[in-house]
Amino acid sequence: MATEQAKQQYKSLVQQHSPPRPIVRNLLASFVVGGLISVLGQFIWIWITRLGFGAKDAYAYTGAVLIGLSALATGFGVYDALAKFGGMGANLPITGFANSIVSPAIEFKREGYVMGVAAKMFTIAGPVIVYGLAASALVALVRWLVIGVGR
Amino acid sequence: MNLAMIIWAFVVGGALCAVAQLVVDIFKLNPGYVMVGFVVLGAVLSGLGLYQGLVSLSGAGATVPLTGFGHTLVQGMLEDMATKGWLGVFTGGLKGTSVGLSAAILFGYISAVIFTPHG
Amino acid sequence: MQVVEQAPERLGRYTVRFRTAPRLLGRASVVGPMEGKGPLGQLFDRVTDDDILGQKSWEQAETAYMVDAGRLALENAGLEPKDIDLFVAGDLLNQMVTSNVAAGRLGIPLFGIYSACASFTQGLFMAAAMVDGGYARHVLVATASHHKTAERQYRYPNEFAHQRPPTATWTVTGAGAVIVGPGDGDGPRITSGTIGRVLDLGIKDPYDMGSAMAPAAVDTITRLLSDTGTAPEDYDVILTGDLGELGSKLLYELTAQSGLPVSQQHKDAGVMIYAPEQDAHAGGSGAACVAVVFASWLVPQLAAGQVQRVMVAATGALHSPTLIQQGGSIPSVCHAVTIEGGQDARA
Repeated sequence: MATEQAKQQYKSLVQQHSPPRPIVRNLLASFVVGGLISVLGQFIWIWITRLGFGAKDAYAYTGAVLIGLSALATGFGVYDALAKFGGMGANLPITGFANSIVSPAIEFKREGYVMGVAAKMFTIAGPVIVYGLAASALVALVRWLVIGVGR
Repeated sequence: MNLAMIIWAFVVGGALCAVAQLVVDIFKLNPGYVMVGFVVLGAVLSGLGLYQGLVSLSGAGATVPLTGFGHTLVQGMLEDMATKGWLGVFTGGLKGTSVGLSAAILFGYISAVIFTPHG
Repeated sequence: MQVVEQAPERLGRYTVRFRTAPRLLGRASVVGPMEGKGPLGQLFDRVTDDDILGQKSWEQAETAYMVDAGRLALENAGLEPKDIDLFVAGDLLNQMVTSNVAAGRLGIPLFGIYSACASFTQGLFMAAAMVDGGYARHVLVATASHHKTAERQYRYPNEFAHQRPPTATWTVTGAGAVIVGPGDGDGPRITSGTIGRVLDLGIKDPYDMGSAMAPAAVDTITRLLSDTGTAPEDYDVILTGDLGELGSKLLYELTAQSGLPVSQQHKDAGVMIYAPEQDAHAGGSGAACVAVVFASWLVPQLAAGQVQRVMVAATGALHSPTLIQQGGSIPSVCHAVTIEGGQDARA
């Protein structure tokens, strides 16, 4: 069994020789990809409000449209190229959330529609939903207790 | 008005993603963990009353990233809590996000039916 | 053609000299399109057009790769499944299912083994031991892997959008097979082997397996050298499986520190199998990586007399996804064999 000291020494050696992550390049690429997806969302929102929907509802429907587009892009095998280039710029928007649901759904089709598609659909997105709800519940309760709902 | 919002959408949406990317690269985390972190961040900012301003300024730049998901959850809960008290936590959260979640599940299932995995 | 009896059989703590120096009677490699487009593309016996091979899933395709490589190796040796006494096979999938199904199709008795990407050299060692000890006359050794089956089992669904870090490796799609037989006759022969110890220096990043495995490679290689009383210069090639760019650097650093630098002789199958433009980041990996490079790049050179003595030291990262999620670090192992070419078994 390796000693703690040996492990530390080895870790420093690894650090020394590890190729650096291209932080600046990744920063710029994710900024551009994330920004463009948001702009796409903005255009869709404008179009939906022009169709007569209220501003607030339009945000929800915009999300649904982006999710649909992401499902198509994932199905055709092109969405992962966006992440290869733009990293979190592709993962953080709602399109990335959709991709994290659609990709396992398609992937595990070979294991059947029940235990494959339906069961595995939330392997990546599940935590987002659980923690989103849990954190929101905590935040909303704290706010309500402290200042009432207040707007 | 519209053009300014479009530019802000780009800047804010891009900036949120860029910060997420920085977190991934510096702390060597998986995208899944960072996505969770940012939903929670959105919920916290929303609770502090800081996120609505971002939505007014940049529209989709604030609602498209997952932080917006956290914001929608919190606001949905608070809305219901105004009339139902603490029960609003249960009735209000998924209400606001129902469109997105339903779309994700339904489109996900349909996609699995139509598409074949090919990596 | 005389085989000189060498004694003793055990050298040092972990090294074995195979008295009868079992030979490699046949070899074959079958790879996917990406490997076919790589620098060694022309050398592989078969390059498939796609990675699904008309099967219903990538897992079934992986099995098809292994069966195909096995059959080609048999053809190459002029043998049939009924001539083979034992099939030693390994792969990366849970329960080694690829090897299990392939063995059923080939109809050869199976010892399934798992040491991740070191499975192939473990297989070579075991085959040599069985033949040297007289327990088997012909042994078929094969390993297989597939990029998409590895991704969906170890990491993410294949279509999931994510960025791979620079140290990530790309699992090789394909299978390599060799047939080991009695030491009488010509051809490359397995003269010794070292069984690896499991080492764990605290690396937890499954996207940087090179760093996790380098210490094991250093340990096994240095012990093989000291147990056999040889030095790196005595070998024409020291081939590792998938240390990748970073792992190789660490290997050089650590072996230089201990006075047995291997950088001159060292080649890494993972670094060799893909070109930089193919963007495999740190290189290739997977149970098939060292197998296909060994079978189609190294063995022909031995057979043709271009190299005389080589060491094949494949490493394996022995973690599971659960171990990683529970915060564990990656234990790894390196199994090595020495192969000498031509007609005389060297002392």
